[in-house]
Amino acid sequence: MGMNMTEKILAQHAGLESVVPGQLITCKLDMVLANDVTAPPAIKEFAKIGRPVFDNTKIALVPDHFTPNKDIKAAGLAKTVRDFAKENKIKNYFEVGRVGIEHVILPEKGIVAPGMCIIGADSHTCTYGAVNAFSTGVGSTDLGVAMATGEAWFKVPKTIKVELIGKKPKNICGKDVILTLIGKIGVDGALYQSLEFAGEGVAELTMTDRLTIANMAIEAGGKNGIFPYDKVAEEYVKGRVDYDFTPVEADPDAQYEKVITINLSELTPVVAFPHLPENTHPVSEIGEIKIDQVIIGSCTNGRFEDLEQAAEVFNGHKVHPDVRCIIIPGSQKVYMDAIHAGFVDIFVEAGCAVSTPTCGPCLGAHMGIMTAGEKAVSTTNRNFRGRMGHVDSEVYLAGPYVAAASAILGRIAVPEEVE
Amino acid sequence: MAHEGKVWRYGDNIDTDVIIPARYLNSFDPKDLAAHCMEDSDEHQDAPFATNVVEGDIMVGGKNFGCGSSREHAPVAIKAAGVPVVIAADFARIFYRNGINIGLPLLEIGDDVKKISHGDKLKVDPSTGVIENLTTGETYHAQPLPGFVQEIAKAGGLINYIKEKK
Repeated sequence: MGMNMTEKILAQHAGLESVVPGQLITCKLDMVLANDVTAPPAIKEFAKIGRPVFDNTKIALVPDHFTPNKDIKAAGLAKTVRDFAKENKIKNYFEVGRVGIEHVILPEKGIVAPGMCIIGADSHTCTYGAVNAFSTGVGSTDLGVAMATGEAWFKVPKTIKVELIGKKPKNICGKDVILTLIGKIGVDGALYQSLEFAGEGVAELTMTDRLTIANMAIEAGGKNGIFPYDKVAEEYVKGRVDYDFTPVEADPDAQYEKVITINLSELTPVVAFPHLPENTHPVSEIGEIKIDQVIIGSCTNGRFEDLEQAAEVFNGHKVHPDVRCIIIPGSQKVYMDAIHAGFVDIFVEAGCAVSTPTCGPCLGAHMGIMTAGEKAVSTTNRNFRGRMGHVDSEVYLAGPYVAAASAILGRIAVPEEVE
Repeated sequence: MAHEGKVWRYGDNIDTDVIIPARYLNSFDPKDLAAHCMEDSDEHQDAPFATNVVEGDIMVGGKNFGCGSSREHAPVAIKAAGVPVVIAADFARIFYRNGINIGLPLLEIGDDVKKISHGDKLKVDPSTGVIENLTTGETYHAQPLPGFVQEIAKAGGLINYIKEKK
């Protein structure tokens, strides 16, 4: 019986010829990741085991959530991570000024590669499926154990095939694809399952689109989201990944739990209403919703192309007087590239605040917390109750085009409405 | 060992931001986390969970309980609040792993959760998956944990399991 991409990576890393859904296996890990929130408890659990780190080149510690340190306790967490990284000579530790958002920098720096088996103590670790890796989020205890053993247990998931067809229209981005999918299947539509993206429409998607889509597989309950290794992926990893890797492709007779088809040519810009990412609505049908804040950034939409889309909309326009617009490049490289491309000039001219990379407002940590009654359009990934601050504030999820247009008009809007 | 306790009933898609908001993640001391557990929930606001929970109370949610962030702080907060077991229609997968790993038993009973109300008294045996509703007289059965996952639960969590294996 043939295997799909997730099954192939899991089988290879379990040292098995093949695996089937439901099977419990133990896999060798190629990379384990934690951040400033999840690493400290993982380090505490790790210490209880009493073994050295399994491989200091296969651990990534990325303090991105509360950094630059938002308060004294957060500074303590960051110090715990820093001290551990130094003591154990962790190769992939990144200090403020060099750090970026974990799921932006790991693909960008070629730390993750096709065919890898990766866990991270962050739910959006599923992002790396965009580069044809199996990667999934875990908690701190799993991560602590993995730092000691280099292994993790998995239940082989059933897989949903998402068949992409048609041509992607202008002003449609990866965020519209994934929010449309989650709107269709719900926040538990892929619970315990894998999402495998396939079909001729994959070639329509840029690497940024794919990273956004794989990133939000978890918002459908998915264990992982994975894309094939094609020319676009090959182009992306070239020059970033300087070691051997083995991409996987699905067998022609691979098994799927079901197939969902999305016609890219039928997509329109969408927004997900509070308080679940499944509350997807076409922007054209929502009427007037006034907003107080716009966030452009995060592990979902903090890459160069995301800022490029925002800059395209902002060019020559001002942020609405009633709106605070905060733009957060996902990495120092994205920041620098955005400066060189003139985007930062456009943003500052428009009246946006441009910040150093941080997860900050996405999880209501710092850098853009809302009070009661406020509404934000955000390119982040979650709009749960209280996610960006007060329990009576609201988050509407959208892509960078819609976020930028909304910042200019002071209400949720598409770029065509600007001017 | 069976647990007897009063039910704190919650709805579908209880996310980990509601269980423990990110603003409290600058600590991972279980006591600090328990003090803010369920603080952002729109349910039971008249008698909030963190200040009214009694040691041994049982949490019952709907479908996709624990969705969202991978923060292990969420099951840690629930456990530290004195809840010995959580029951739901089903759990989000990272939360499920985390519960098993930290030694907080989680029982999935599908649509049977609809028969459990806030304030009901339950008798729950995580080792057999048998749940008796002492208020209504009904009995529900949870799916047993698969394979070696049961051994992790028996060891009281992943760290003990790994140490025992060594």
